[in-house]
Amino acid sequence: MKRLSRFRRHKAAAPLLLIFALLGIGGTFSVASATTANETSAVERSTLIEEGRQIFAKGCSSCHGLNAEGVSVAPSLIGVGAASVDFQVGTGRMPMADMSTQAMRKAPVYNEEEVAALAAYVASLAPGPEIPGMEELNYERDGSTAEGGELFRNNCAMCHNFAGQGGALTQGKYAPTVMGVLPKHIYEAMVTGPQAMPVFNDKTITPEEKLSIIKWIKSAEAEPNLGGASLGRVGPVTEGLLAWTLGLGLLIGVAVWLATKAK
Amino acid sequence: MTVEAKLGQVANYVDERTGAAAFLKKSLRKVFPDHWSFLLGEVALYSFVILLLSGTFLTFWFDPSMREVVYEGAYQPLEGVKMSAAYASALDISFEVRGGLLMRQIHHWAALIFMAAIVAHLLRVFFTGAFRKPREGNWIIGVGLLTLGIVEGFLGYSLPDDLLSGTGIRIAEAIIQAIPVVGSYLSYFAFGGVFPGELFIPRIYIVHVLLLPGAFLALITVHLMLVWYQKHTQYPGPGRTEKNVVGYPLMPMYMAKAGGFFFIVFGVTAFLAAVASINPIWLYGPYTPAQISAGSQPDWYMGWLDGLVRMAPPIETYFFGYTVSWNILIPGLIVPGILFTGMALYPFIESWITGDKREHHLLDRPRNAPNRTALGAMSLTFMMVTLINGGNDLIATHFDLSINQIMWGTRFGVFILPPLAFIITKRLCLSLQRADRELVLHGRETGRLLRMPSGEFVEVHEPISPEKAFVLTSHEQLPALELPAVDARGVKRAGALKNKLRARLSNANAVAIPKVSTEDLKEIESH
Amino acid sequence: MSNQLEPIKDPGLPAHVHRKTDTDPKAADRAERQVATMFGISALGTVLLIVSYVFVPDDLFIFIPIMGSQNAHQLGLGLGMAISLFFIGLGAIHWAKTLMPDQEVVMQRHEFRSPEEDRKAFVDTVKEGAASSGLGRRSLIKRSLGAALGLSALSPILLLRDLGPLPGPEQKMTNWKSGTYLVTDPGNRRIKASDLEVGSVAQVMPEFANPEERHLDDIAKDALLLIRLRPVEFNLEPDRLAMTHEGIIAFSKICSHMGCAVALYEQTTKHLLCPCHQSTFDVTRAAKVIFGPAARPLPQLDITVDGEGYLIARKPFSEPVGPSFWGREK
Repeated sequence: MKRLSRFRRHKAAAPLLLIFALLGIGGTFSVASATTANETSAVERSTLIEEGRQIFAKGCSSCHGLNAEGVSVAPSLIGVGAASVDFQVGTGRMPMADMSTQAMRKAPVYNEEEVAALAAYVASLAPGPEIPGMEELNYERDGSTAEGGELFRNNCAMCHNFAGQGGALTQGKYAPTVMGVLPKHIYEAMVTGPQAMPVFNDKTITPEEKLSIIKWIKSAEAEPNLGGASLGRVGPVTEGLLAWTLGLGLLIGVAVWLATKAK
Repeated sequence: MTVEAKLGQVANYVDERTGAAAFLKKSLRKVFPDHWSFLLGEVALYSFVILLLSGTFLTFWFDPSMREVVYEGAYQPLEGVKMSAAYASALDISFEVRGGLLMRQIHHWAALIFMAAIVAHLLRVFFTGAFRKPREGNWIIGVGLLTLGIVEGFLGYSLPDDLLSGTGIRIAEAIIQAIPVVGSYLSYFAFGGVFPGELFIPRIYIVHVLLLPGAFLALITVHLMLVWYQKHTQYPGPGRTEKNVVGYPLMPMYMAKAGGFFFIVFGVTAFLAAVASINPIWLYGPYTPAQISAGSQPDWYMGWLDGLVRMAPPIETYFFGYTVSWNILIPGLIVPGILFTGMALYPFIESWITGDKREHHLLDRPRNAPNRTALGAMSLTFMMVTLINGGNDLIATHFDLSINQIMWGTRFGVFILPPLAFIITKRLCLSLQRADRELVLHGRETGRLLRMPSGEFVEVHEPISPEKAFVLTSHEQLPALELPAVDARGVKRAGALKNKLRARLSNANAVAIPKVSTEDLKEIESH
Repeated sequence: MSNQLEPIKDPGLPAHVHRKTDTDPKAADRAERQVATMFGISALGTVLLIVSYVFVPDDLFIFIPIMGSQNAHQLGLGLGMAISLFFIGLGAIHWAKTLMPDQEVVMQRHEFRSPEEDRKAFVDTVKEGAASSGLGRRSLIKRSLGAALGLSALSPILLLRDLGPLPGPEQKMTNWKSGTYLVTDPGNRRIKASDLEVGSVAQVMPEFANPEERHLDDIAKDALLLIRLRPVEFNLEPDRLAMTHEGIIAFSKICSHMGCAVALYEQTTKHLLCPCHQSTFDVTRAAKVIFGPAARPLPQLDITVDGEGYLIARKPFSEPVGPSFWGREK
């Protein structure tokens, strides 16, 4: 201890202590707030709709009502169609964990079979948008990247940003990133208009146009960053930050060295 | 023939035709003080040279035309898309010209660093009081360079006519047409008719590559000539007075260091251009007024303007068939106009307050000019708050906040935080002055405890070196101006209100912790 | 300038401290080698640049930690250039720091103010010159010169007149006329009212006989946003309600603040957000501004359907679209 205390007035002492304290607090926080993974529960095998009804009763009815008729906190699911369920539950948005601003994409609670069962059950309540099949989602064959880009910039970029990175809405809501989303989920989102997102039904954006949009999104996702590391693909804000920190910072560092007398 | 003999021949050739030896004999031995903070202006100067070089490269391929073309180049996701020839040529530079994308990125990074260096240099000059007589003219030129830099940068990134910069032009057009009486005329003349027209990009091209660079060259030349002729300022220290310059001669030390620093600046800029993507216009798409991206911002040096416009209250007045858009004019023209005019006139404002009309070549330590430093902190805080509001949508998505909350926060913050920063900074400066005084009188606290024979514990203080003590006491502390409201005969003086204001400001400016005086030292020695 | 209050005298320049390279020739040689090494690294950088330019194909991508997949050609060019420049600088500065003489030199400043006789001579020369020009005495020359110069300054101003036409009626008009069909943008397809679901939006343009004739100048005024709500959700004055059709409402997409495209529609709140300056418009109340710097609501277009159910404009906009200007009536 005595040896350490010799250095308490060293000019590096304060910065080192600060770094140590920050690491300590940050590390403690991340360990303490780690959430445990959810376990999927085993479900009785019965017909898909019956299966869905049972899952619904256990996991969804407390907010959406016993017959999916809707309660004050959650809307009615009658007529939303299998596509809505496949999207909301498949992307983990539902069941909703944090009731504050909007449902967030997170690790899905239910597996693929359970999602299919839920979708079948909700679809059985009233007609609604269907889950697109593999044939309908062949965007490589039926879509056009360039046309998709035009459509994306016209209809989607104002919320989701020019590169699909997401953007701010009012009162703390946000349009999430469209990167890393399954093509069918992108399709279903356009058709069902989840939460704040408007509906882009097949007459205003045709199925072919939707496939073009998906093709463009996948192309942008796969496109490597030309010209160096991307700074988030969000525009001049991060560029300005880097110019001041790395750019001017490096230059000032060299300037300090330049003006220091050699030993 | 030896190198020296060869050089001698060349020197003779030039001197016989120009008489240069007489001038050069003195200038090559000119002395420049050495401090890292004096290199910030150099970063800006070298960035300007880099902009000229990289910009010239780009002009060999850029087509400043708004003629509509169909893209048929290498970038597949824009195949067959209609766009302006300007945008298409910028894509060609990025994808078809080897080194083209690198040059575009060097040009844009150099521009961002140019502006950052100008601001950092301005802050150094301001906080050290280097703008005082005889350098007021150079300060005004500097503010002019800052203003022109902002315009030049805006025009530069608008040239490729992409979605992001085209939106910026739309907003600029709205500001122009909001000007009362002449607004629509100015807008029609600038754009050759309605927005966007086909003439704007070719016109700003000439402003960007010819008119403004010409203005920059002229102003920078005068700026440097003044520094050369008036000699650079220096920080106070042992051996340094108002009447000398202490440093290293131009040849060889300064030439090597300054010349080397140019390569450093160019190298760092090229490094940024190699590893960090900037302005990826192919992702933005070509400009059309029916499209917009979430999170649209101008480049950082205009972010404060964007923030001001965002936080403006929604006020328009209407009378007799005319509209005045205060919500655009105040944040877009009036507030920036007041700010930059105040900034340009500051040397004269300060000398009016202090009554100090002497030359100054020794710099101030910021703590010894608490009012000026606090004013600078206040302006910086204002800029930071408006800058933050300019990026409020990106901040909201990254930190899970609401743009409405951030907006209200900055609307109030822009009035509350700057005065708060002033008060805190002034107090900080005075505390630092107090700490300096303690250092001189009692020496440095070593942290070692000593037990006296009487049983008392004291901390051992180590006296500071005479060099350091000199630095801590060599500053001036000007008394407040004497401006009596009535003269010797009891007659009220002319300009009473102005003098009252001046007296108040002067009194506030003179608040300081008194320097260590000879009496103080004698007292200490007697202990 | 000495000051009686100055208790601590200027101790003068600190004694010169020699560098290792000043006293130890081996250290000096090492410094020289270090400088040469730096210049050598710069040369390697140039080689990297040349090799990348000539030999590396521009579709080769390599993985770099932190940065991800990078274009090898670009990276080689850029890093090559950066290294070649940076190390010249580093070498030059290191050379200056270690090997060039670093004795501090003191240079005296000179008074700027010219000696009195020079100042007097200057003033005399100017006065004499001015007097001999006759300008002061010959007021006829003075006045006519003033007039000539003043007038000649007018010509450049006049020559700029053709920079643009004068603002005309087109400033307040769009291509939306009575009976114009609403078509999708892009696609140019006519839209039936039944094509839109509740909660859906459509980007719309006026139909052009030849879509190729549509230019950015037109788009900048004509861009329209179509939104469908449930009719009960509207909170409109009767005259505005009459401009809707079965819950479908049409607004100019050009923001009334500074002209950005307002198309960010929140289905849950029925608000339109402009991403430029965050002006927020309430669709249920005819795009009334509820937040942000916009001072006016978005102009609403009067729409109806034709015999086959296709949406058409009933009449043009009743006010100019886009940002305000001096001659804009409320």
